[in-house]
Amino acid sequence: MTDSANGQDYLPHLQEARSREPQDGYDTAVLSPGEQQLFGLEARNVSAWFSGHKVLERVSLHMEPGKVTALIGPSGCGKSTFLRILNRMHEMVQGAQLAGQVLLGGHDIYDPVVRPAEVRRRIGMVFQKPNPFPAMSIYDNVASGLKLSGIKVPDTSDLVEDSLRRAGLWQEVHRRLRSPGGALSGGQQQRLCIARSLAIAPDVLLMDEPCSALDPTSTNKIEETIAELSDQVTIVIVTHNMQQAHRVSENCAFFLATHDTPGYIVEFGPTEQMFTNPADQRTSDYVNGRFG
Amino acid sequence: MTTVGTSPRQPGLASVDEPIRIRTVTPEDVLTLVGAAIGALGLDWLVYERLLPFTGALGFWVCWYVLFALFYIAAAAMRWSRLVVRDKAIAVLVSTGGIFATAVVVDQIAYSFVKSLPAIVHPNFWTQTMVNTAVLQPLSSGGIVHAAVGSVEQLAIATVLSVPLGITAAVFLAEIGGALARPVRTIVNAMTALPSIIAGLLVYALVVLSFGLGKCGLAAGIAISIVMLPTVTRAAEVVLRVVPGTLREASFALGASHWRTVWKVILPTARSGLATAVVLAMARGIGETAPVLLVAGFSDTMNANAFQGWQATLPTLIFNNVFVEGEYPKLVERAFGAGFALMLVVVVLFAIARFLGGKRPGELTKRQVRQLRREAEQP
Ligand SMILES: Nc1ncnc2c1ncn2[C@@H]1O[C@H](COP(=O)(O)OP(=O)(O)OP(=O)(O)O)[C@@H](O)[C@H]1O
Ligand SMILES: [Mg+2]
Repeated sequence: MTDSANGQDYLPHLQEARSREPQDGYDTAVLSPGEQQLFGLEARNVSAWFSGHKVLERVSLHMEPGKVTALIGPSGCGKSTFLRILNRMHEMVQGAQLAGQVLLGGHDIYDPVVRPAEVRRRIGMVFQKPNPFPAMSIYDNVASGLKLSGIKVPDTSDLVEDSLRRAGLWQEVHRRLRSPGGALSGGQQQRLCIARSLAIAPDVLLMDEPCSALDPTSTNKIEETIAELSDQVTIVIVTHNMQQAHRVSENCAFFLATHDTPGYIVEFGPTEQMFTNPADQRTSDYVNGRFG
Repeated sequence: MTTVGTSPRQPGLASVDEPIRIRTVTPEDVLTLVGAAIGALGLDWLVYERLLPFTGALGFWVCWYVLFALFYIAAAAMRWSRLVVRDKAIAVLVSTGGIFATAVVVDQIAYSFVKSLPAIVHPNFWTQTMVNTAVLQPLSSGGIVHAAVGSVEQLAIATVLSVPLGITAAVFLAEIGGALARPVRTIVNAMTALPSIIAGLLVYALVVLSFGLGKCGLAAGIAISIVMLPTVTRAAEVVLRVVPGTLREASFALGASHWRTVWKVILPTARSGLATAVVLAMARGIGETAPVLLVAGFSDTMNANAFQGWQATLPTLIFNNVFVEGEYPKLVERAFGAGFALMLVVVVLFAIARFLGGKRPGELTKRQVRQLRREAEQP
C-alpha cells in the first residue's frame, strides 16, 4: 500500500524531508511487480554507545528494497542494537547514543525535521518475544497500529483480514477474532505481531530473532510469511539460525565483536556467496558452526 | 457444530478419561495436625488451669498455640526428614497466621453486625432522618438516610476530584519521570503521612473561610480528596510500573506517540489494578471523620445539596451518637447500625470496582464468551 492509498497524507514530516534534495545517488525507491513503491535502507557509519560504552563501530550496510537482509553474528555483537537504530528505538534506552546516518529511500531518518514516531510507523519491528497487547482482542491487536499511529482507513475489518492473511494466521483465528490476543500459542502470537506490524503498511519490516521462541512448525510458517512478504516490503532479520538465514535471505551481513572492540561488519554480500564461498575466514568459520 | 481443536477419538482407547485428582494433603497430614491440636489442648488445660497460677482466656490460647506448634513439629520430626519438617512447620505457622488475621476481621464484622441488629431491622432506619426523633425515642423511629446521602455525595465529589488527578500524577511518575519526579514523589509520600485533620484545617482555612463557601458537603469532599490523592497516586504508580516494558516498546514501534501509548496501551492494560487503587482510596476516604466534622458540620436533617449547608455523614453520625453527653444506649445502637451501613457501602464499592476493572487482561467477559459461541455455531 502506498501512502496515498489511504486517501490522505499522514507523512508530512518525512515528506518534508523528502522534498529536499535526496542526499545521494542511492534513491532506493523502486517499483515492485504490483506497482508499489519500495524503499531500501542505507546505514552509513553507524556507531552506538550504551552509557559511554561503544558497542558498534562505523557500521555501513545497504539493505536493498524488496529484499530480505539477514544479520548474523555471535551473541552480544550488536545486531539488535543495530536493528533498533534502524527505526529509532535505540534512543529510547536511557544512556544510549549513536552516530552516523540511516537513510530510508535516500532520506535521513535522524533528520531533525523527522518525527521518530513517523519513522517507526514506516519501519515496523517484530520483537524476539511475542508481545501482543493483552488487554485487546485479536482483531484490536491487528488494528491497534491504526489507532496508535493515528491512521484512518475506510474499512478496518478488511485491513485486519488482509493483514492476518499476509501473516499466515487468518485460517487459525478467523473464528475467534474477538478473543484476547494473549490466548494464542507462542507461534500464533508472533504471527499476530507480524500482522499487527503489516496493518500499518510499513516500508521496511525489522525482525529481531522472530523465531527464537518457536517450534519448527511455527518457524516454518513465519519463514513462509517472510518469503511471501519479501516482494512487498523490505525485510531485515536478525537470526541465530544459520539455516534460516540461508533459506530466507537474499543478502547477509556478518557482525562480530570481541571483548575489547565494538561490533562491526566483517563481511556483507549475497547470502549464497556468504554461505558457500565467503571471503573472510571468520565468516566461513561462523556459518559452518566452527566459531568459539 | 464445529470440531475445531478436538481430534477424532482413537480406536481402542477407553471412552472415559477422567482427570486425575492431584492431592497435596494426605490423611496423615490432617491427623498429625488434629492430634497436635488436641494434645496441646489437653496439656495446656493441665498446666494452665491446674499447675500454674494464671487465669484468663487470652493467656490460655496463647499457650495453647505455642504448645500446638511444638507438638506439631515434634510429631512431624518423628516421621519426616528435617527439610520436610521445616517446610510443614512454616506452612502451618503461616496458615494459622492467616486464619487468625481473617478471624479478627470476621469477628469485628460479626460483632458490629450483631450489635447493629436491633437498629437495622427497622425499615425506618434506612428511610428516615433523625429530624423528628429525640435521643430517647425507640429505634422504630428515625434513621440514617441523611448521613448515607451525605457520605455518598461527599465521596463522589472526592473521587471525581482525586482520581483523575492521582492517576495523572501516577502516569507522570511512572512514565515521564525526570528531574521533577523526585520532589513529586516525596510530596506524595509526605501527603500519605499527613494526618487527615490537617487536610481538614487546610480546607477550613482556604475553602470554608477564605473562599467563603461556608461549611458544606463540597468542602468535605475536597478535604477527603486530599486524603485520597496520595493513596490513588501511589497505588496507581505501582500498578503502572508493572505493565511490561515490551508492550510499551511494541506500541512505540507501531508509530505511537508517548501520549497515545499511555492512553491506549498502558492504562487499559493496567485497568483492573487501577480500579483496585481507586477503591482502596475510596475505602480510605469514606471513613474520614475529623476533617468532615470540621468542614461540613453535622445535621439531623436531610440535606441533599452538597454545595450549601451542613451535612451529616455516616462516620460523623457515629461519632456524634457515641460522644453525645450522657449515656443513650439507643444512640449507640444507631451508631452500630451506621457502622454496618458504612461497611455495606465499602462492600458495594469493591463490587463495583471488580465489575468495572473486572477481568484480568486477556480474560473473556461473559458477553465475549457468548459471542464466540455464536460465531462458532455459524457454519
Ligand atoms: N540496554 C543496554 N544497556 C547497556 N548495554 C547494552 C544494552 N543493550 C545491549 N547492551 C550491550 O550492547 C552490546 C550489543 O548488544 P545487542 O543486544 O545488540 O547484541 P546482539 O548481537 O543482539 O546479541 P544477541 O544475539 O544475544 O541478541 C552487548 O555487549 C550488550 O551488553
Ligand atoms: Mg539481540
